[in-house]
Amino acid sequence: MKRQEHSVTRQEWVINLVIKVSGYSSILFVTLIFLFLMREGLPALANAPLSSIFGARWYPIEGYFGIWPLLFGSVIVTLGALLIGIPFGVGTSVFISEIAPPWLNNIIKPVIEILAGLPSVVLGFLGIQVAAPFLRRLLDLPTGLSAFTGAVLLALIATPTIVSITEDALNTVPVSYRQAALALGATRWQTIWGVTVPAARSGILTAVMLGVGRSIGETMAVMMVTGNAAVLPHGLDALFKPVRTMTATIASEMGEVANGSPHYQVLFFIGIVLFVLSLAVNIVASSMSLRGRTRSERVLS
Amino acid sequence: MKRHLFVTYLLLLLLLAGCTVSSAQGAAEGASSEATVSIQNKGSDTIVNLALAWAERYQALHPETRISVTGGGSGTGITGLIDGTVDIANASRAMKAEEIDAAKANGIEPKEYVIARDAIAVIVNPENPVNRLTLEQISLIYRGVITNWMEVGGDDRPIVLLSRETNSGTHVYFLESVVRLGNKSDKTIFAPETLLLPSSEGIISEVRDNPNAIGYDGLGYVTSEVKVVAVASRAGEAYVLPSAETVNDGKYAISRDLYMYTHADASQAIRDYMDWILGPEAQAIVTDLGFVPVNP
Repeated sequence: MKRQEHSVTRQEWVINLVIKVSGYSSILFVTLIFLFLMREGLPALANAPLSSIFGARWYPIEGYFGIWPLLFGSVIVTLGALLIGIPFGVGTSVFISEIAPPWLNNIIKPVIEILAGLPSVVLGFLGIQVAAPFLRRLLDLPTGLSAFTGAVLLALIATPTIVSITEDALNTVPVSYRQAALALGATRWQTIWGVTVPAARSGILTAVMLGVGRSIGETMAVMMVTGNAAVLPHGLDALFKPVRTMTATIASEMGEVANGSPHYQVLFFIGIVLFVLSLAVNIVASSMSLRGRTRSERVLS
Repeated sequence: MKRHLFVTYLLLLLLLAGCTVSSAQGAAEGASSEATVSIQNKGSDTIVNLALAWAERYQALHPETRISVTGGGSGTGITGLIDGTVDIANASRAMKAEEIDAAKANGIEPKEYVIARDAIAVIVNPENPVNRLTLEQISLIYRGVITNWMEVGGDDRPIVLLSRETNSGTHVYFLESVVRLGNKSDKTIFAPETLLLPSSEGIISEVRDNPNAIGYDGLGYVTSEVKVVAVASRAGEAYVLPSAETVNDGKYAISRDLYMYTHADASQAIRDYMDWILGPEAQAIVTDLGFVPVNP
């Protein structure tokens, strides 16, 4: 009997250790990845002239390493995706959690999960064959391979993330809020727009920030449909012009560069920029959700 | 008791996993001791279909040889040759001096074979009324000086420039021979508005769909859904469409040699393969695929 107890504690100890190691390993991996990025990318600042890195032209095989057009490309595609994705995503989740009857929800939710599971290269293929030609004719653009087409695809890719988190946020709004609003004579739309959505806004902001993170890191779909022309914007119509994103640049050029060359280091430097951007997005997202929690705790107490 | 079983099961699984790894290693060693030779062939997307056709025919003739062919661009193949991960690098451009230096620094002496010739076709949408351009007009279009089809006798439409990515040998060739017109001291590059597409198929599908577009691609890739433009090497000379004849007699201006690179001290199997490629049977496949065979 005693022996058995002993072996049980041993088991506990081993299992605890395994769980701890897997928990800490994620911290270790992120740190190692970050150190690796720094080691490979930071020498770019020394080996490629700064005037070139912060220049306006990206043409690496002739020594033009300007990252501004790439940064701009990523930002504009992501912003475009949010402009389309937020109303679409939030609208969908309001419909799911407030309006749709349960039988319809049983159809919509799995479909959105399928959308989340679609490989982005498949969406990219649809984009290049269907969306780009269609948008070119519809908007009378010189070419359909533009930031806007990329933004449409990214909105589709970010929607499942936005929908699932927004829906969770809406579901945590106490039923009493809605009942109070309705009792005061508010219509259903007034209740949703004036009470439920504002009460869930911190959750919605988190959803949006995670959507940003999902969009800015997406590679394959944008590489296929944005045309990959590294241009700085000349006007407000830049959303409808071709752009080149940071992720697409890394993906299409990493295979050919010689190890340790300035071009290689600049690609890693772009990796650092991406890493820092998504880190910032994540920090903002988590600080928002924390702030939201303290506020709701304050309200309830 | 149940927990006990679970732990035992886990341990067993781990042990089994270890077993499979070691037995797989054993199998690999067994295979390599037989007569099969495997050749890694990688590089230019222009050559990839040709290399695949050659590899299939050669493997049918010599079942003991396995050739795996992958694309990725000339630069990718040459980088692989330098790193020692590739036996034969396909390239649609000659190796650059710094690449040869890098290979030598790794203890590899590259050996060059010209295995076929390729014409670069300049293509437009069939709806586009422009049928012919001079080399200089094409250069000005890709420099971003000519931006409307009206300036070269077409409709009033903006010109959308399409190009392969910078890791493509076709891109480098086009830059040096067309955009810079072969002038080595000229440091002009493509207009920043040029769309860099990751594949030949991307260029063909955009040209097929978009009447504003102009693109270029290896003659072997051009389909009947796009229109090939006749090119004159300078104003006043004859406009010539690309074909095997016009490339071999030098009338078509935009053509180049295609290369394969091996180590100078490559194995007998690789040397046999290269000899076969330069022979009549393999060169007949070159013609079938729309390229131009090398004259003996």
